[in-house]
Amino acid sequence: MATVSLPLSRTGRGRRKSPLPGLSLTLGITITWLTILLLLPLVALFLKSVTLGPTHFVDAAFSRRAIASYELSFGAALAAAAVNAVFGLLVAWVLVRYRFPGRRLLSALVDLPFALPTAVAGIALTAVYANTGWVGKPASAFGLALAYNPVGVVIALTFIGLPFVVRTVEPVLTDLGKGIEEAAATLGAGRWTIFRRVVLPEILPALITGFALAFARGVGEYGSVIFIAGNMPFKSEIAPLLIVTKLEEYDYAGATAIATVLLLSSLALLLLINAYQGRELRRRSA
Amino acid sequence: MSAKNKATSEGLVTRTLLILAAVAYIALILLLPLASVFSEAFAHGLAAFKAAIVDPDALAAIKLTLTVAAISVPINMVCGVAAAWAITKHDFRGKDFLISLIDVPFSISPVVAGLMYLLLFGAQGWFGDWLTEHNIQIAFAKPGIVLATLIVTLPFVARELIPLMQAQGREEEEAALTLGAPGWRIFLWVTLPNIRWGLLYGVLLTNARAMGEFGAVSVISGHIRGETDTMPLQVEVLYNEYNFAAAFSVASLLAGLALVTLAVKSFLEWRHSDQLAASGH
Repeated sequence: MATVSLPLSRTGRGRRKSPLPGLSLTLGITITWLTILLLLPLVALFLKSVTLGPTHFVDAAFSRRAIASYELSFGAALAAAAVNAVFGLLVAWVLVRYRFPGRRLLSALVDLPFALPTAVAGIALTAVYANTGWVGKPASAFGLALAYNPVGVVIALTFIGLPFVVRTVEPVLTDLGKGIEEAAATLGAGRWTIFRRVVLPEILPALITGFALAFARGVGEYGSVIFIAGNMPFKSEIAPLLIVTKLEEYDYAGATAIATVLLLSSLALLLLINAYQGRELRRRSA
Repeated sequence: MSAKNKATSEGLVTRTLLILAAVAYIALILLLPLASVFSEAFAHGLAAFKAAIVDPDALAAIKLTLTVAAISVPINMVCGVAAAWAITKHDFRGKDFLISLIDVPFSISPVVAGLMYLLLFGAQGWFGDWLTEHNIQIAFAKPGIVLATLIVTLPFVARELIPLMQAQGREEEEAALTLGAPGWRIFLWVTLPNIRWGLLYGVLLTNARAMGEFGAVSVISGHIRGETDTMPLQVEVLYNEYNFAAAFSVASLLAGLALVTLAVKSFLEWRHSDQLAASGH
């Protein structure tokens, strides 16, 4: 029996060919589409990087100004993702577990960062958080400056990242049901203990994924940040902005080197997130 | 509240506090900025708003944004459907790789995406000399803006359709095939009715991003006022000129578009959730 079922193993190689038509046409379109829009441009970027030569590349990619910009882009994205991990979980919890007036509206609003153009978000956040704004003015009375500094960058990335956490945690929280919580309660556990010991471990993988997605998005974000950031080199200049600055100075080599670092780190992050999700999926089905 | 669910829900006070905290966070991060767009746009009255919109440069930007979306959305729709058909209705090697590849544009910084096209089509780019010789302009012109828009919106339709069509299987199409229907009729009469709401959902997200894209378009457009400035770029130009009222007026049109997008999206999720991919966006 084992030898018979072997060719039908999960590699799918022994599987019967799909009788449906259109493979060559649709696959042809897909490959052309991805080659022109994605692969060719990626190759152009990497080849340009290679032609710079290692010394020139490292000088441009890891100049003091470039390193400061990576620190800000990665650091602020990390901080914003952490804020969203806490408050995004709170929002997801409230949306799934409670019924209250305006719930559907609140849920729809969560997707605003996906729908609102980043430049609009940028000037709007600046209007609210600069020291003349609705939030910035009262904050400045306490000596807090929320715009034109790294805090502004974190605020913009918090805006951008929120839906990633909420929309990743929400379905898991919905599927969780109350069965295991009831079981824990009959064993005498209090609400906080149940949340910490029963609910949190179940939703942690989704929370980590949402956190990572928000972080990855934040690292490359440009439009919503540049208006509120202040854009001072070494202080409040994000990496994507440094690329644009280099381009405006016609320094294509410098721009390419920084872009390559940014691209490789986002691809690494994407692979990590995919691997993590794959592992969690297997763990769950096992 | 009843004693029955006391063990699995919070008390009224905790519940109210948590709801208030969530609402406060959303208000602070999302609602106030959204409200400020409209408040700033109409701060100087309706006449000033109208003047900002009918300004020739603003009108040119609106026209360009609509044109770019009208070209790029159908391209990504057709290619996204083709990719979903190939991936879900057929088996071939490297399918997982192809799916991952479609995801890549989501993780590329928009600025990097714009730069990649500049390296291909700019004056110093790979095809720069050839394009100059043949008098074709891609960078700092409309074709470049379309390309930049295409790459940032590439995944939306395919990503919505692939899980949906995977869940629906191939039986219905195979049944139609045994009845002798040709391929295009199987697609139009069997597949399309099954995926139409999911397709609309994907197109909606594609369109929102296409009209709002900033970073990628900013790098490749060259910022020629009245010519290659899309609406988001026009917002930046006006803002940097300290013409805040006009900047927010143009921005309020884009914010309006975002609200319409959210409304239609919520409606689809509410009415047709069975025909949408399970994962959130």
